[in-house]
Amino acid sequence: MDKYINVPLSDEDARSLKSGDYVYLTGTIYTARDAAHKRMYEALERGEELPLDMKHNVIYYMGPSPAREGRPIGSAGPTTASRMDKYAPTLLDLGLKGMIGKGKRSQAVKDAIVRNGAVYFAAVGGAGALLSKSIIASEVIAYDDLGTEAIRRLKVKDFPVIVVIDAKGEDLYANAIKEYCRE
Amino acid sequence: MRTISVTEITDQIKEMCIEANHFLSGDMKKALDDAVGTEVAPLGRQILEQLQENLKIAGEDSIPICQDTGMAVVFLEVGQEIHFEGGSIEDAVNEGVRRGYVDGYLRKSVVKDPLIRENTRDNTPAIIHYSIVPGDRVRITVAPKGFGSENMSRVFMLKPADGIEGVKNAILTAVKDAGPNACPPMVVGVGIGGTFEKCALMAKQALTRPVDQRSEIPYVRELEEELLEKINRTGIGPGGLGGSTTAMAVNINTYATHIAGLPVAVNICCHVNRHAVRVI
Repeated sequence: MDKYINVPLSDEDARSLKSGDYVYLTGTIYTARDAAHKRMYEALERGEELPLDMKHNVIYYMGPSPAREGRPIGSAGPTTASRMDKYAPTLLDLGLKGMIGKGKRSQAVKDAIVRNGAVYFAAVGGAGALLSKSIIASEVIAYDDLGTEAIRRLKVKDFPVIVVIDAKGEDLYANAIKEYCRE
Repeated sequence: MRTISVTEITDQIKEMCIEANHFLSGDMKKALDDAVGTEVAPLGRQILEQLQENLKIAGEDSIPICQDTGMAVVFLEVGQEIHFEGGSIEDAVNEGVRRGYVDGYLRKSVVKDPLIRENTRDNTPAIIHYSIVPGDRVRITVAPKGFGSENMSRVFMLKPADGIEGVKNAILTAVKDAGPNACPPMVVGVGIGGTFEKCALMAKQALTRPVDQRSEIPYVRELEEELLEKINRTGIGPGGLGGSTTAMAVNINTYATHIAGLPVAVNICCHVNRHAVRVI
């Protein structure tokens, strides 16, 4: 089912999304991948503030290619989410409402999604040129020294994603593979 | 003896890095077009159509096909009659990669040390594989490799008693474990035989073979076809979201091995299976 949703993500919207829904996101999201997650995690361990408030926000696991002149961003598709599994439950417990990536998540992440009424979305891996067309602005807000791995604030318009794990813990990867398996 | 200036290698490699990251070879495009016609899952077809649209945008608007523009893997097959002048060939290759990635707006994804992890900011060094061949030509293959799929690749040191069934199981295990992480539909490169490192290199080389070209060895050709069918029955599908297009090809290379061993390497590549080839 196609849905149009605003981000940051409200509790009601997050709980209304079902595994398998095709969703177009409009609003503000943030990028962070391996190195930024490690830094945020270490900052929390030291009792420091994070560079962004997690509450109701959506993190896109993505490190773009450089933007050409006059464009907001370069190629901008999702990276493999499981590398962030070590850090995601902590961020979800701090209020993170959504994650966009690709690939399977651990049981600990699924449990944290259910516990917090959050959502894990997939964007189509390897479609970075196409996905860049739904990003209308990009600004580095933290960890600039990390280059492509810096934290960016993105303005998105009708950014296409698919709900993989919903707030009830239903997992599209597991269910869809069963449906089409012919072994 | 033929003399080639290393600056020519630099210029070629620069162009090839940019070309490979914006345009797929014709065989890959055709495989994707064919898959749209055969995919059984509606969402799977929608994803394949997005991948076609993505390729079109990449070429027309000069946006890399994928933001992971890879680590630059370079194969240099050097004719033994060639003499390089003007500097070190390794430096020349790395300079080409540097210029390609910096001037071509490609992502810099290489860290200098695997544990200290400081970005080199120019995507060097490249991974360079040299071979000396007869003749006076240089064949250059630039194959930028993304790590979503590289991370899902495996080496299995099987026993001779495991036989062909063991090989099939190893390949299917690697593909199923990779699932959605490797950005299916995949291309599966396999090396069978040799030693630990030789089978891994063969698997990488197999990915540079066109996806519509089967092995010339009859039993290997049959194995490629059987495994492709088996992989496409797993249900993983485009994006791992279910369907009948999990892989577009299984390319297998083989080599002699030791009486005690049966090494199998599975190098998985996403649908952005990039390689530019030039002969100078």
